[in-house]
Amino acid sequence: MWDYTDKVKEHFLNPRNVGEIENADAVGEVGSLACGDALKLFIKLDENKERIVEAKFQTFGCGSAIASSSALTEMIKGKTLDEALGVTNKEIADFLGGLPEEKMHCSVMGQEALEVAIAKYRGGPVPSHDHGHEHEQEGEIVCKCFGLTDGFLKKVISQNRLHTAEQVTHFTKAGGACGGCIPKIKELIAEVLGEQQKQEPKKPERLTNLRKMQLIQEVLENEVRPLLWADGGDLELIDIAGNAVQIAFRKACAGCASSGYTSRFVEQKLRELVADDITVEEVQG
Amino acid sequence: MREIYLDNNATTKVDEVVFEEMRPYFCELYGNPSSMHYFGGQVQKKVDEARQRVAGLIGAQPEEIIFTACGTESDNAAIRSALEVFPNKRHVITTRVEHPAVLTLCRSLSKHGYRVTELNVDSAGRLDMDELRDAVDDNTAIVSIMYANNETGVIFPIEEVGRIVKEKGALLHTDAVQAVGKIPLNMAESTVDMLSLSGHKLHAPKGIGILYVRKGVPFRPFLVGGHQEKSRRAGTENTASIIALGKACELAGQHMGDENSRVKAMRDRLENELLRLIPAARINGGGADRLPNTVSIAFEFVEGELILLYLSELGICASSGSACTSGSLEPSHVLRAMGVPFTCAHGSIRFSLSRFTTDEEIDTVIRELPAIIRRGREMSPFGRELLAK
Repeated sequence: MWDYTDKVKEHFLNPRNVGEIENADAVGEVGSLACGDALKLFIKLDENKERIVEAKFQTFGCGSAIASSSALTEMIKGKTLDEALGVTNKEIADFLGGLPEEKMHCSVMGQEALEVAIAKYRGGPVPSHDHGHEHEQEGEIVCKCFGLTDGFLKKVISQNRLHTAEQVTHFTKAGGACGGCIPKIKELIAEVLGEQQKQEPKKPERLTNLRKMQLIQEVLENEVRPLLWADGGDLELIDIAGNAVQIAFRKACAGCASSGYTSRFVEQKLRELVADDITVEEVQG
Repeated sequence: MREIYLDNNATTKVDEVVFEEMRPYFCELYGNPSSMHYFGGQVQKKVDEARQRVAGLIGAQPEEIIFTACGTESDNAAIRSALEVFPNKRHVITTRVEHPAVLTLCRSLSKHGYRVTELNVDSAGRLDMDELRDAVDDNTAIVSIMYANNETGVIFPIEEVGRIVKEKGALLHTDAVQAVGKIPLNMAESTVDMLSLSGHKLHAPKGIGILYVRKGVPFRPFLVGGHQEKSRRAGTENTASIIALGKACELAGQHMGDENSRVKAMRDRLENELLRLIPAARINGGGADRLPNTVSIAFEFVEGELILLYLSELGICASSGSACTSGSLEPSHVLRAMGVPFTCAHGSIRFSLSRFTTDEEIDTVIRELPAIIRRGREMSPFGRELLAK
């Protein structure tokens, strides 16, 4: 059974704001029966058309989909449209005291429905993730099964700091049906990581060899291995010679087809947090 | 809150009589049956008795029974043995609706040079026998087809399968984990070469199973080491659980009539009442021969996990045909293979009864479920017309 928080349980047992608003100012619909979950969000604005006075939902989905919809409608009431647009899927999940990672796509669905509703109200281009509906698509479709574009996936990867294709599937469903787009998702993760790296300034300090070795060990222990453990994998530091770091993969990472990608990720982390001339090599050890 | 346990195809309560039977074999009679002293010898006698009891339930000879750790181990052992016995045969046949214990293994074999045929089923979950006839050839090492499906309870005509398979000299294995104890099986008059059985599906503890291997059928062990189980399955015997399984099989034999009369009547009543009270519902596999204890019922426009969570709040334990985990929001592989329409595949619930199920428990489900389905549909953006009716 899912380890739902009490707040998630409370919200799916007693969901707030279920139903429809007859003269809604904005309506956003995402998902479909075929996808396994769908959300229709209704928004009513005040007389000045500034703040949200009422929000209601209809959701087809599991317990956490109902709870996320309920949370979303509570969170956006009283907000301006711009403020509401600032609500991220992570905040929806946080409002509920967290969601199991496999259920994070439920919170993403809330964020999507809100974006669609507001975009339609404002008459601008409708976000591309309006699966299965006939709206303009922005960007290139990556996941054909669920109709998700590269732009949308990169946004979710970046906001939630996702590192693995499996996490992206948990958050967006992309890659969860036929799996054909998983290599492309991995490329997108690498792109986002690359962009984040550019934005974050590197350490200018000059490192002694000893300090560098310490830092490399710290980063591997604190930043890298916990992420690998989450996927049942692990790595071991074999040697450090100058800027050349040798690692060996363990458990699920050993022999994993995407270990090359993981090496690259480790290298990026070490370059970002220790020194930009580090190279990482996978060895058998 | 007392639980109403209607998930017996997932696992069952250990019968208290079974538990009493196994209890002395932990702290008092803990000897190793392989030992040369009286203390181990007395346990050996009880293990032999258990073997006879298990054999009795399925009409087998005691020496045809190999104790294993679970149904999954038995399935793996059977299929891998056949491939070792026939190193030149590189073809395996199974079905699309098989349990993951078989299906995952077969899909892994297909990446290691084996040709794997997954047979289709029709909309009622029935096997396509013509497809089997066409698929099996001289290169087929083993055909592994479940006796009855865990999700829908649909029973496959294993003896008919066996006649087709034998013509081409392949081995027939059947995962009978869901069938044993619910319907009569008789290996003495069967074409089955190997059969898997799991203790925890018939009121024995988890962690014990058997593989039946017909006398004369070549076999290579999955676990090698000591000489236990006549060197067919190494590892110290799980004596207490083996003794428990023996008792559970004896009791299953005694209760077989009850299972096919009283339990079946409760299942039929549950099914008919839910269909009568809830619009837009259908039975998955309703047109096929089914186990007496299982019903898989699909409700349109409402999601399965939500139904389970609301039932769970009332203490009612069932299971859904779909696992709503991220991308695999797709309905179960069984329902997909049957072509259940996606409007209701996501809303499929399985109730599986046992001899411990009571009429009052069934009454509670019949009383509570219609409101739960209605509530779920009221929240859904689909099927509003359905409610308006």
